[in-house]
Parts: sequence; C-alpha cells; structure tokens
Amino acid sequence: MRALLRNRRALAGASILAFFGLVAIFAPLIAPYSPTDINFTPMLGPSAKHLLGTTPQGQDIFSQLVYGSRDSLEVGVITGAIISAVQLVMGVFSGYAGGWVDSVLSSVTNVFLVLPGLVLLIVITSYVTTKGVPVIIGVLAVTGWAWGARVLRSQAIALRDRPFVEAARMSGERRWHIVVFNIVPNMFGVLVANFFGAALYAVLAEAGLDFLGLGNINDVSWGTMLYWAQSANAMLLGEWVYLLLPGLCILLLGTGFGLLNFAVDEVADPRLRRV
Amino acid sequence: MVSATARQGAPAPPGQTELPVLEVRGLTKTYSVGKFGQARTVRALAGIDISVGKGEVLGLVGESGSGKTTFARTIALLERPTSGEIKVLGEPLPHRLTQRRLRRHRSRVQMIFQDPYTSLDPLHTVRYAVSRPLRTFGLVPRAAQAEAVAQLLEQVGLVPPSEFLGRYPYQLSGGQRQRVGIARALAAQPALLLADEPTSMLDVSIRLNIMNLLLDLQQQRSLSMVFVTHDLAGASYMSDQIAILYAGHLLERGPTKAVMGEPRHPYTQLLRQAAPDPSEHFGGRRRFEARGDPPDLANLPPGCPFAPRCPFARSECTEALPSLRQVGPGHQVRCVLYA
Amino acid sequence: MAPLLEVRDLYVGYGWDKRNLMTVVRGVSLSVARGEVIGLAGESGCGKTTLAMAVAGLLEPPGHVVKGQVLFEGRDLLGLSRDEQRALRLAEVSMVFQASMNVLNPVMRVKDQFHDAMAAHGVKSAEVSLARARELFAAVKLPERFLDAYPHQLSGGMRQRAVIALALCLRPKLLVLDEPTTALDVVVQRSIVQMLGDLRKELGFGVIFVTHDLSLLVEIADRVAIMYAGQVVEEAPAQALYEEPRHPYTAALMGSFPPVGAERQRLAGLAGQPPDMRQLPAGCAFSPRCPKIIPGTCEVLSPTETHDGAGRRVSCHLYAQQAEEVAQVG
Repeated sequence: MRALLRNRRALAGASILAFFGLVAIFAPLIAPYSPTDINFTPMLGPSAKHLLGTTPQGQDIFSQLVYGSRDSLEVGVITGAIISAVQLVMGVFSGYAGGWVDSVLSSVTNVFLVLPGLVLLIVITSYVTTKGVPVIIGVLAVTGWAWGARVLRSQAIALRDRPFVEAARMSGERRWHIVVFNIVPNMFGVLVANFFGAALYAVLAEAGLDFLGLGNINDVSWGTMLYWAQSANAMLLGEWVYLLLPGLCILLLGTGFGLLNFAVDEVADPRLRRV
Repeated sequence: MVSATARQGAPAPPGQTELPVLEVRGLTKTYSVGKFGQARTVRALAGIDISVGKGEVLGLVGESGSGKTTFARTIALLERPTSGEIKVLGEPLPHRLTQRRLRRHRSRVQMIFQDPYTSLDPLHTVRYAVSRPLRTFGLVPRAAQAEAVAQLLEQVGLVPPSEFLGRYPYQLSGGQRQRVGIARALAAQPALLLADEPTSMLDVSIRLNIMNLLLDLQQQRSLSMVFVTHDLAGASYMSDQIAILYAGHLLERGPTKAVMGEPRHPYTQLLRQAAPDPSEHFGGRRRFEARGDPPDLANLPPGCPFAPRCPFARSECTEALPSLRQVGPGHQVRCVLYA
Repeated sequence: MAPLLEVRDLYVGYGWDKRNLMTVVRGVSLSVARGEVIGLAGESGCGKTTLAMAVAGLLEPPGHVVKGQVLFEGRDLLGLSRDEQRALRLAEVSMVFQASMNVLNPVMRVKDQFHDAMAAHGVKSAEVSLARARELFAAVKLPERFLDAYPHQLSGGMRQRAVIALALCLRPKLLVLDEPTTALDVVVQRSIVQMLGDLRKELGFGVIFVTHDLSLLVEIADRVAIMYAGQVVEEAPAQALYEEPRHPYTAALMGSFPPVGAERQRLAGLAGQPPDMRQLPAGCAFSPRCPKIIPGTCEVLSPTETHDGAGRRVSCHLYAQQAEEVAQVG
C-alpha cells in the first residue's frame, strides 16, 4: 500500500481521477449554466461569458464539458465494477474448482471471448429501443468481461497449487472459504489492476458508442458532444474548441485509469518495477 | 555438547498389541504425463506396504524421484491413490470420499510442509493460521480458542505467545515459521503427522532444534509420525523404523538400528556409503563406486528398478520384482540376494 | 613457499550508499597453499559466499570491498584493472556456483560454451576447445555425446559435472566452489566430490569449498575454517577440528549433525538464531548464543585470535585466557 502511494504513476493517475471526480460531483457549482440550455447565441467563440464558446445549437460548451464528466465517470466506474465482479466469479471459481466446473465455465468464457466485441456493441445498441446509460453499461459489461476472466483463472490455478493453499485444505477449510480468504486476497493486485483496466475500456468504448450516435443523443456526454460536433461539421467551420476538448477529456480520464492500472501492476509484481 | 540420555519409552512393536495408526497395502500412484499423442504413464509409487504403530516414528528415505513425497501427499489425501488400501486407525479409506469423511481424515492425519517460506499464507497472522483448525474441526469451543492457541504456541517454543500471535510470516524467521506450521498441524489433534522434509530448507543449527521439537511433541502426545527425508542421518536420528524407497518401490524396511547398522539391500548400502560420515572416514573408508543414472519413472525396466545400477545384479533381477523377505526381527528386504 | 592465495584482513560490505554499508565480511584472513583444499563452513548470512565471490573477483555492486587485500600468487587481485581481472578469471581462478542452471547458457550447446569460454581467453581454434572439452568430459565421467546437448537435456548432477569441467578448461590454479552439491542427491554428491578429489590429485589445483554441510567438509578438506557473523572463528586441519573442536560455535555446529551409524542419542543443539548483521553485539558476535560465555567479558570485548603451534587458530576468550596463563607460567 505504501509502495503504491510512492509510485509516481499511481499518484498521477489518482490525481487525474480525483480531479474529474470533483468536477463531476460539484458540476452544478462549477458550470455556470445548464448544459442543455439552448437559449444562447450559437457559434460564439470563447469569451468571458462563455468560457469555451457555444455550440451550433446554442449551448454553453464549458457547461457541457463539466456535466459530461458525470456520464463518463459513471459509466467507467460502474461498468468497471460489474466487469470485475463477473470476472472474479467466473475466473477464480473456474480456476480453483477445476474439473467439469472449470470446463463448463471456461467454455462459456471462450464463447464470449470469441464474440466480436465492437460489432456486437454496435448491433445491440442499434436494435435496443430504449437508449441511454444503463443500456450502454449493460452492453459493455456483457462484451468486456471475458478476457480478464481468463487472466484471473490462470492466477487462481497458480495459487491453488501453492503450499499454503494445500495447508488450508489440510486444516479442514471448506472450498469457498479457501477461495474467499486465501485465494482472492492473494490476487488483490491483479483484481485491482483489472478493475482499472475495465474502467478504461468502458470510458473509451462508451465515448465511441456515443460518438456513433448509438447512445442517447439527447444526453450530454463527451461522446455525444463529439457526435454533435461531427454532424454540425465543426471541423469545416473551424470550431476546434468544440471538437478538441471533449476528446481531450476522454483521453485524460482514460489515461488516469490507465496509469493506475500500470501502477498497481508494478507494485503487485516487483519484477515490473523500474528501479 | 552431546547429551548422553538415550531415547525413552520405546513403543511396542507395531501391530502386535495395538492397532497400527497407519496401515498401507499395495499403494500405487500413477500419473499421465505429456500431450495427447505422446502420453506416458509415470509410476510414482508401486505397491507400497507399510505400517506405523502408535507412538512410532517411521523414517521414509529416498532420493529425488523415489516417491517419498508422493507417498506423504497421498496419505494426506492431497492426491488420490490410484490403487491400494489405506487404513487409518483401523478404518479403511473409501474410494469415493464425502466432504465429511475427508474432514474426519484430516482431523487424524496432518502434514508439516517442507518450505516454511511458502506454506503459510502471507496475508494471515500466526493467530489465524493456528486457530483455523480449531474452528474447522470443532475441537475447542469458541471461548476457549484463544487459550488453546496460546498453549500451542508455547508448546512449539514460540514464547511468549503474545509476541507472536499478531505477527505475519514475513516477520518470522524460517525456524519460527516452521514452528507455526507445526503448531497448526497439532491444532487438529491428529493421530499421525506426516513431516515432508521439514528441515531441509532451514539453517543447520536450526534443523536440530526442529527435529528435537518434533521428537518431544511426538513423545509427549504418543503421536505417530512419518518423517520423509533424503538425509540418512536425519532419518536415523528421528526414527524407530526406517523404510528405503527407490523409484516408487519399497526396497528395505526395519528397525533403524538394523537397517543402518547392517544394511542388506545393495541400494541401502550405497546410500550408507555415500552419506558423509567423518567417524568412518577417519577410520579408513573404502572407495565408493556408483554407476548408472537415476531411474526414469516413465520408463522403468521390468523387475527390480535398481538392477541397472546394482553391482550384484543377476539375470533374475530383470525378470520379476522380488518380494519382501524377512532377514531379521521386523527387518525385510526386497532383493534376490535374500530370496 | 608462498601461498597460492592469501586473504589479508578483508572487509566487504553491501549497500547502495557507500557511507552506509552493511558489513558482511569483517576482517577475514585466510591462506590457501598450492594443491590444498580449504573448507569454508558456516550458516546462511555468515559471509562465506560473499568471501568466495570476492576471492574469485566476482563481487559487483551493491557489494564492495571496503578494506583488505586478496593476493593471488603475490599479486593483489583487487588492485588489478577490469581487463586484468577478466584475464585472470577462468584461467587462474575459477568458480563453480550452486545453481548450475544459472551458469550454463540455456540456448547454447555445451561444447559451444567451452569454445566461448576459451575463445574469450585467446584460444580461437574450435578444434582445440573441442579436444579439451572431450578430455574434461572424460575426467568428470560424462558421456561425450552430451557435448552436443543443450543444458536442459542434462540432469542436475550431470549439469554440475559439466560446469566443473567448464571451470577447469583453462587449467586454473585455484577452484572456488560455492555449495556445488547442496541441491543434489547424496549418491550424486558423493560421486562428484570423489571425482573432484581425483582431478585435484591429477591436476594439482587448490580448492576453496564453501558449504554449510560440515560433516561432508570434514571428509574432503585438508583444513576447515568456520565462519560466524562475517569472521573466521576457528581454523584447523580437518581431522583435528573434528576430534577436538575448540570454539563453542564449532562444537555446537558439529553437534547439530546427527551421526549416521552410531547409537541413537539426543543431541543438544544450539539455541537462538544467526545474528542480524546490522545489529551485532559489542563484544563477541556469538556471545548471545554461547553456552560457554564468560559473563562480563564476552559481551563487551572482542576476542583476539590465538594460534597454537600446530596450524590451528581460534578467536575465543576461553583460549585467550589459557594462552595468557601459559605465557605467565612459561
């Protein structure tokens, strides 16, 4: 834990997340206007009244950016959590149990692994009638858990053969108790790193889906901002602020999760550390 | 520095007056190794017959590949035997085990692991490790557990217990960790202890302390013990009875004094000559000749597995495996020389 | 006759900050005569491996020689340039480590490793190195066909023999072995040790044999030095050491090895643990565990080394007193 606090990447990543977290929580206090308010003069450049200008629809870009953080963070964290939970159950249980349980669960995992994620995402979101964040979260979770589950499974298998796990068996511990109290705690580093990896995936994938217009285009998120920017031909109009900033925010948030992912990996496995 | 007190309380010969704690007949363990097209069968244990009486220590000696660790793990049911019979306290182990039956087995047969650096969960305290068996086997009521754990720590020499209860493995030395492992095994109040090379990863001066601790505990509680080792000297220090394993086969067994003093099987003689023995060395030792390679367990020749290296090998040796023959009181050898 | 190797008052420390090193070898002096086998015994942390590495010129940071000299045939090894040291390695002083797999290049055939080593010392011809390799394989009793094999195709015992053969390819004058047989079975160990003895008689090299297995060492060494907490606490000819250990640690260590054939008796052993090199007591490092401690002296005063006429030396207050008494009487 202490090593984590000293790690530069961890600090950088954590700072970024903290920053966006605060922005998201205090959005109403930070943003001067409602993000959906269309009463402003459209296409204004940056000014004192509109820090980043206004959109072709007449909305304040800065307010949109601030409120957009909520969407991305929400999707990132919640999807990350769901994926991690599914991976944990599928991977660790399968790895420790072995035998036919492992065979069945592994086959299921492999099926999901083989499904083309991006294609599936697009297809499902196109067909679903209600659009919006919950759908996105659901779709991302379903398509994104398989790979991490395999990693956790091989970790669980490696731990299963360790003498201290055998000693726990000799002490009469029940299987579930061993998994919960001996195996999972010793995989903590990998689990946490996986969570951040899953969150990163979710943030980027959600932004992508929104950009393609498959999310609820009336919600304000960084991805939908890009969608609207694209459909209003912002590039041709020279509205670089509108185009660049949501992308930059997505990039930064993703980097935050990514840095923490690497940092936890490094701390958990001393061999990865750069002296 | 050598104390002159001899071992006290030698137990009655096994099987005569009391039920043996462990009785093994024809124990065999095979593994399948290799990929689909090239699967080979490795026979780690071949028809082992052994028994251990109450309060008796059996030294199981063999080099790497002899099957000695497989034996311990099979008796502990960390691995399932392929065939053969295992009886603990007179009760045979069924081929299909329920969880309850397995737990009952574990409450009678406990194991001390070889490597003190990997046999304790790094994330749990000493208190946790030693108290779990008390919980899982329901031997001590909740209220009395703290006291019981403290007593166990005292008995293994971790005093004062309060100093060790909250420690994590990384805060303990190798010898201390091994003591925790012993306390954990004792917590289950077993009838039989399987010690798998418990001192080979410890410093020399600590080894003797742990061996003495095991002997003390074993005598105090009339525990039976199987002491698995490659070290002939350690085995003869600890054991009442010694059994010699080679390539999964039992070649010789008998009282320590007999097997060490007058080894009959050529392999036992080879081990005896190979072991460092300064007293014999300075008295003028015969030159040592060992031929051949260690056995390949996937490709054992028919008959006696030691034949390829045996200076006394005859044609009958490769035809069939000789059976165990009596050569002295309680002393048996599997060799054509004594048929 | 000048000794082959002389270590004079050597101090070696570990650490990244040169001002704050943990000293693991504290003032060791030792000498090895031509063709002699010196055994170095002690438990983990006593400094024997560090000493062996320093002698073989293989000490790298964070290990540093703080003080002292290592004289090989009169030349100070530590004062040589890196190139001179490299030339000396293998050709004059050679080392064999415990884990042979760490020494052999896993992606090179064994015979190529011979060639590689010899070429680095000026022997460019592949035929010459192959011939030498064959010669050595015969000496270590390994079938020639394994020269064409890769290291993983050999068993542990065979690899260790190959490593010994490699260590001898340039006919060094001194062979340093660090626990060469510890990971091996007792039968294999005995063959290798015997083979080493034969080779030594034939080729005449000196040997420093480092191990914790004192009973083995007593059989194979001419003289044995016992190390504790970075110092040599006793040194004597092997048989003399076995029959009459003087230092209480030597006696305790010897008493920790149950005899193979004798009557079964309880041994007393030694209490406590090897010391923490960062927190050594003021006087004798062994005093916290010593059964023969002289209260008031041993904990505060470092013992001086006393030599008897018969090639034995010991660092212990028990003998310092006796030496004094003898001096007073005589």
